[in-house]
Amino acid sequence: MQLKQLANISMALAAASCAALGQQAEAGTLLDDWQFNSAILLYNETDRVSAGEGILTARGDFGDDKYLNLGLVVDALTGASATGAVAQPYVQSFTRPSGRGSYDVAAGVTPMDDTFHDTRVQLDASWEQPIAANWRASGGGHLSKEYDYLSMGLNGSLARDFNQKNTTVSLGLGYSHDTISPEGGIAAAFAPMLLRSDYADDSSYQAAFDATRDRADDTKDTLDVLLGLTQVINRNWLMQLNYSFSLADGYMTDPFKLVSVINANGEVQQNLYESRPDQRTKHSLYWQNKLHVRGSYLDASYRYMWDDWELSSHTADLKWRLPMTDRWYIEPQFRYYQQSAAEFYQPFILQAEPLPQYVSADYRIGKMNTYTLGAKFGTKLAQGNELSFRIALYQQNPQNDGVAAPGVLANVELYEKVTAVMAQVSYSF
Amino acid sequence: MKLKKILGAGLTLLLLSQLTACSTLGVKPWQRDTLAKEEMALNSAPLDNRLDDHIYFSKEGSSGGRSFAGGGCGCN
Repeated sequence: MQLKQLANISMALAAASCAALGQQAEAGTLLDDWQFNSAILLYNETDRVSAGEGILTARGDFGDDKYLNLGLVVDALTGASATGAVAQPYVQSFTRPSGRGSYDVAAGVTPMDDTFHDTRVQLDASWEQPIAANWRASGGGHLSKEYDYLSMGLNGSLARDFNQKNTTVSLGLGYSHDTISPEGGIAAAFAPMLLRSDYADDSSYQAAFDATRDRADDTKDTLDVLLGLTQVINRNWLMQLNYSFSLADGYMTDPFKLVSVINANGEVQQNLYESRPDQRTKHSLYWQNKLHVRGSYLDASYRYMWDDWELSSHTADLKWRLPMTDRWYIEPQFRYYQQSAAEFYQPFILQAEPLPQYVSADYRIGKMNTYTLGAKFGTKLAQGNELSFRIALYQQNPQNDGVAAPGVLANVELYEKVTAVMAQVSYSF
Repeated sequence: MKLKKILGAGLTLLLLSQLTACSTLGVKPWQRDTLAKEEMALNSAPLDNRLDDHIYFSKEGSSGGRSFAGGGCGCN
């Protein structure tokens, strides 16, 4: 009797554990169909902007080569950003973009607005699947929201494999609609930056400030087309060549950037809000190579970009993954970038000369070269999970494009270098 | 003379074989062992690329190439 009871109990236990195991196995299968990637990046410029960005992406395998991709990005930005105004050998006062409050910039220092901060949340999703033998299609969209900016977009692509999948030709299309509603509204082109101290009282200042504002918000539409060719060269060499075309129409002026009007002695007479064209057509050629060399993996790419703002650039990017042990690898990374100035870029405006149609003193569209030197360390964990660390130094070297600096400007730095450090942790599971 | 002909034929054959090699750029399905590794994928570190593209988009005058150049944030 006792023996029978014991047998019953052990049978019940076995059944229960089987059920539990079965459930676990099921849950395992469900999760096995999803691959998650996560990363946190900290970006810090010396004395300027600091940013933190977190990403989580999930890729669900729905069988028959059908996949759902989901992404969530959150980033936060704070710190000082160069306004475009020139440094002077004396203290300068500036009004904050909202029109409320002011800040002083010390003698010889590049003017920066230190109230710059923003938080952004982005969601994206896409679905991909085969649509016929050797044909694949995908479609998706994104939604990105920050305090003064909203971006919504749709994208789709078609790819066709040839030659035993050694050649793939693809076509991608993207469209996005962005709305910007900056703090303090949008200033009219070349509106002067007013100072409260020049007015007798708050109401007269506010009336004058409001008169410099055109509208509360504006929009930008962007159409992207991407043509791609992927070719397997041999067992150890894969190559990709992309041509992309991007047409942007709408507000592309930076609502916070200024340009200084100077006299013959280089002294600032007035700071004006910049103005950029409302159309931009960009083209780029991108050539990427993945090579397997004696157990290591080389990723080498080059991009040439040109546009109708007459800005053109060369970018070379090199990543070399070197396996150290069975589990660990180290990957040195190097990137070099060089751009020419947009045709309407000017570090300042001379008071004696007529005002051009468009001017921006934003160093990011001026003549510049940058380089990034970094390294990534990664390890494979149990069940195919991967943990990696990346650290990089990013150096921006804005350059004088042959502009003579009159008077006092000869003794201040007009093309200040920017150094940033990036640190990133990634985990895939 | 005969030697020249043989050499000529050999050279032509060699050139032709090279041409054929060009037209069959790629590998057979059973030779994809290395290419199938995740390290060899064109976008082998998608999150790194995404973060980099975002930084360079907001700090430089160019964007896109690998993927779409389009908007997405007010950082530029």
